Amino acid sequence: MVLKRIVLHFPHRLVNQPIVYRLVKEYDLQFNILKAYVTPQEEGLMVLELSGKKENFEKGMEYLQSVGVKIQPLSQDVIRNEAKCTDCGACVPICPTGALVVDPITRKVNFYDNKCIACELCVKVCPTRAMEVHF
Amino acid sequence: MRTIKEINSKIRKGEVVVVTAEEVIDLVEKKGLKRAAQEVDVVTTGTFGPMCSSGAYFNIGHSKPRIKIGGGICKLNDVPTYTGFAAVDIYLGATALPDDDPRNKVFPGEFRYGGAHVIHDLTSGQDARLEASAYGTDCYPRKKLETLINIKDMNEAVLFNIRNCYQNYNVAVNLSNKMIYTYMGILKPNLGNANYCSAGQLSPLLKDPYYKTIGIGTRIFLGGGIGYVAWQGTQHNPAVPRGENGIPKAPAGTLAVIGDLKQMHSHWLVGTSMLGYGVTLTVGIGVPIPILDESILKYAAAKDNAIYAQVVDYSQNYPNMIGGSLAEVNYAQLKSGKIKVQGKDVPTGALSSYSKARDIAQELKSWIKKGDFLLTEPVAPLPGVESGYSFKGLKERPIA
Repeated sequence: MVLKRIVLHFPHRLVNQPIVYRLVKEYDLQFNILKAYVTPQEEGLMVLELSGKKENFEKGMEYLQSVGVKIQPLSQDVIRNEAKCTDCGACVPICPTGALVVDPITRKVNFYDNKCIACELCVKVCPTRAMEVHF
Repeated sequence: MRTIKEINSKIRKGEVVVVTAEEVIDLVEKKGLKRAAQEVDVVTTGTFGPMCSSGAYFNIGHSKPRIKIGGGICKLNDVPTYTGFAAVDIYLGATALPDDDPRNKVFPGEFRYGGAHVIHDLTSGQDARLEASAYGTDCYPRKKLETLINIKDMNEAVLFNIRNCYQNYNVAVNLSNKMIYTYMGILKPNLGNANYCSAGQLSPLLKDPYYKTIGIGTRIFLGGGIGYVAWQGTQHNPAVPRGENGIPKAPAGTLAVIGDLKQMHSHWLVGTSMLGYGVTLTVGIGVPIPILDESILKYAAAKDNAIYAQVVDYSQNYPNMIGGSLAEVNYAQLKSGKIKVQGKDVPTGALSSYSKARDIAQELKSWIKKGDFLLTEPVAPLPGVESGYSFKGLKERPIA
């Protein structure tokens, strides 16, 4: 089994097509939509948590690429601007997945991007706007 | 035991013993109060948090021909400054917003740029856009001025914060069933989180609770440069309830501080945006505490678990000036990541950076050890517990 969080960019010609349906139907993948922006005539964006058999997962990814969907791992999208972060900790109780945690010894805030679901709550909460989204 | 004069002579000779307010805790535990007091000359404190009553005044120099900005309008990067002074003196407040900022019209407002960000940008060496308009006089004929300006070209650039360094602060929670946006950050409904804002055992006034050494004229670390305590801060309120250890259990004393902005660093003066609330300046301050006797060391060695704060509801009580505390918690509990309020485990968040407070205390320690920073004798004390000085609400009276 594999479980990955990925960001899909759909060219606008694909926005009307049931892409995710095919991932389920033909490749037996489970999905959890973490975020989606789909507007006709524009590029669509979807953040998915996708899980299934490794073999199916790979085939599913091949299918997505073959139809022209651009795939990005989620961890590249929400980043912390280290120069701006002051390690205050205002983001910590707001983060729903525990991706932002205070280290009990250093009292610095650690960002575990593998736990991030790109909900973006921290982006606006951060007093120095150190959390950035790059979709 | 020792005087400030003696400490300064040790600083000059490179023999001074300095520890931070955090390090002193272990030292006192290990060696006992008496021996530690014999060894330690200075304890350095630090805090790095949002402090709204901050700002800076500037003398921008006279243009040719002259303009009287006093009584006119003057903006730095679109942020309005206060001009009610002589011709080219202006004051920029940390919370000032551009006229065209939507504020909370689209709720919650983002408040991306304001006075605090201008101070941060100027301190980092960036040019600012200055736009001024005036009514023109015989001696100051010019009516309009638009120029780029850099802090290094100004005659004076002085950080002058009328209230900083709160001695303790509330822990903010939300008892209502909807999200609220406050100066204490986002507060999730039904006790979703508890936000606090103090460096606790590193915080300057918590380590000198009766202002025995910190007074008017005390030289401090301010924004990465050298500053001074100018006065008690606004809302200074020494007579709040205190623990047996003398430490206030609610917001108490405050400091007004001043220093040359030109020698400060943007790393320690950070423009800050509180969602749905506004702009503020996060200020780094460090205050040295001379260990004149054992009792001063005892206060300086207080630990997080001996410093208490009140949990206050910001959905109803705070906005409506209704007193009352939902719980009393200490900073060790706050730093553990959760506290108990009304039987519920509530996750905590900090607005004041403890790691930066620690860096400041270390930095000040290194300045003192290197002989770059001498201690000062206060010129006058801050109003103390017995002074009768207190913080009052506004008594509204009808005008007509």
